[in-house]
Amino acid sequence: MFARILAIFRARNLEFLRDRGSLSWNIILPIVLMFGLSFIFGGTDRPQFTVGVLQQDEAIDRDVHPFLQTRYMQFVAVDDAEDGFRKVGRHQLDLLLRLEPPATYWVNPDSPKGYYAELALLQAFPEGIAKGQVRGDAVRYVDWVLPGILGMNMMFSCLFGVGYVVVRYRKNGFLKRLRATPLRPIEFVIAQVASRLVLIMSITTFVYAGTKFFLDTRMDGSYLALLVVALLGSIALVSMGLLVAARVTSEELAGGLLNMVTWPMMLLSGVWFSLEAADEWVRQVANVFPLTHILGAARAIMLDGAGLADVAPQLLVLCAMSAFFLGLGAALFRWRAN
Amino acid sequence: MVPALEARHLVKRYPSVLAVDDVSFDVRAGICFGLLGPNGAGKTTTVEIIEGVTPATSGEVLYYGEPAGARFREEVGIQFQNTALQDYLTVRETLDMFRTLYDRRADIDRLLEECSLVELQGRDNRRLSGGQRQRLLLAVALVNRPRLVFLDEPTTGLDPQARRNFWDLVKRIRAGGTTVILTTHYMDEAQILCDEIAIMDAGKVITRGQPEALLRRHYPNVIIELPAEDVSGDLSNIEHRVRPEQGVIEIPTEDVNGSLRDLALHVHGLNRLRIRQPNLEDLFLDLTGHSLRA
Repeated sequence: MFARILAIFRARNLEFLRDRGSLSWNIILPIVLMFGLSFIFGGTDRPQFTVGVLQQDEAIDRDVHPFLQTRYMQFVAVDDAEDGFRKVGRHQLDLLLRLEPPATYWVNPDSPKGYYAELALLQAFPEGIAKGQVRGDAVRYVDWVLPGILGMNMMFSCLFGVGYVVVRYRKNGFLKRLRATPLRPIEFVIAQVASRLVLIMSITTFVYAGTKFFLDTRMDGSYLALLVVALLGSIALVSMGLLVAARVTSEELAGGLLNMVTWPMMLLSGVWFSLEAADEWVRQVANVFPLTHILGAARAIMLDGAGLADVAPQLLVLCAMSAFFLGLGAALFRWRAN
Repeated sequence: MVPALEARHLVKRYPSVLAVDDVSFDVRAGICFGLLGPNGAGKTTTVEIIEGVTPATSGEVLYYGEPAGARFREEVGIQFQNTALQDYLTVRETLDMFRTLYDRRADIDRLLEECSLVELQGRDNRRLSGGQRQRLLLAVALVNRPRLVFLDEPTTGLDPQARRNFWDLVKRIRAGGTTVILTTHYMDEAQILCDEIAIMDAGKVITRGQPEALLRRHYPNVIIELPAEDVSGDLSNIEHRVRPEQGVIEIPTEDVNGSLRDLALHVHGLNRLRIRQPNLEDLFLDLTGHSLRA
């Protein structure tokens, strides 16, 4: 029995070791992830909470009050109170603080992180501090995170559902068979995009309807506008998957490449938490991902009642990304494994 | 009359090997043309260049006198040696999908009947036997009512009954006027199906013509075969060759009676002696010095 296990074990290892693309990728991906994550989230004092400080200066003087020296809290200057209230309501800030007399703070009562930030604040103000009312209605965390979860599901389905399948088709010769027909690469690519779109739009609509029914999630904008965002976002993500799969012939390499694309998007596109407190360069990097624009537009529609005109910049970026991914993917597309 | 297909000076060079070395031939419309050779001879690469799925390093392919292009793709059917089909689709759905890719479309019901797939039309592709699968792949190659069809080693791995059934199908296709280009390393298959053959070795066409004419040209004789283990006498006075991989000694002769008399004088153990006509495998052996299945 052990001889048989050993034989299969050895054969599988040889297969893996001789697939240079997969081997390289399995070595490179963890290194890239390690350096990337340590670069973005590194440091022993990485902030866990984001507190807005109402002031005109961009720089925060930490000596003004002991609270501003609290560890694991990042303090960002907010020069417009209304903007600060909106960000507290949208979970982009855990707490908003005004130090000028009368010292006052604002917190979203539905924010778990706001609750702990408030506890820390009250400890730092034994003399007491006024608590203001967040103007406008505060958004529940579930309302804020729902677009992120739907977007993440779309991302995985579009990228893996298309990229992986195309690589499998190429590897098993199905693409080669199609090559021998009058079918052109762009026709094949469009068919794949359309097929996945129907699937992902149906699933996303179903999941959204379920959350709406069971959780009464917030929707301040129009469903049509949200549909347009989901549609253009899905096209951009599917196109991205096709670009990744344009030439790859190994499922393992495809998996690695798709992970390389999905991990940063999951971490930096604002799926689970806001990038409000992140460095400027991180926010700039996040802008290269379609998911960032999908979530930005979806949240604007769902939570702020934005219309299509308001989210036009994000929609234009998604259209441009789709055209770029599709064009490059079709140009690089290879029917055969070798 | 313009040939259905002309391959002109095809070359395919990989970094470490010259897979196809200046191959030229033409195929008349309506015949079954066989491209024969051992594994690695370059016949599949040659055919894939002609089919347009592998780019040639140099050379040209003409289809009815024109460079192979959109018309070629529309009018040609191909059965690859190894082709996966989409999972979870039935036989009929698979045929319908491929058929829709062409402007020329065969009638699905007729195609199912021709390829003996009527009873299997609702079956999942993944649940077909080897022979059934080959019949489906042939049907896929016929969905556009092709004027020219490529069959690349279509019966490899099939049992004898399935092979014979497949040959009947190919004969019917050819009888319908479709030109067939068959690559195979089965000599019996080539002899039964092909009107013309070209034999390839080491990337080159080493001979071509009608099978019977080639054999007549090379062999005015018959072959006496003896199991090598049965021969205990001295054969040095008789012209012969030994085929160790088949365990036989072969004696080509134009004079069977004379050769038998010589054998009776010099060799013991003639009980399992056999006299047969030369075949394409003998031809290949004589032309290249090694077995066709090497």
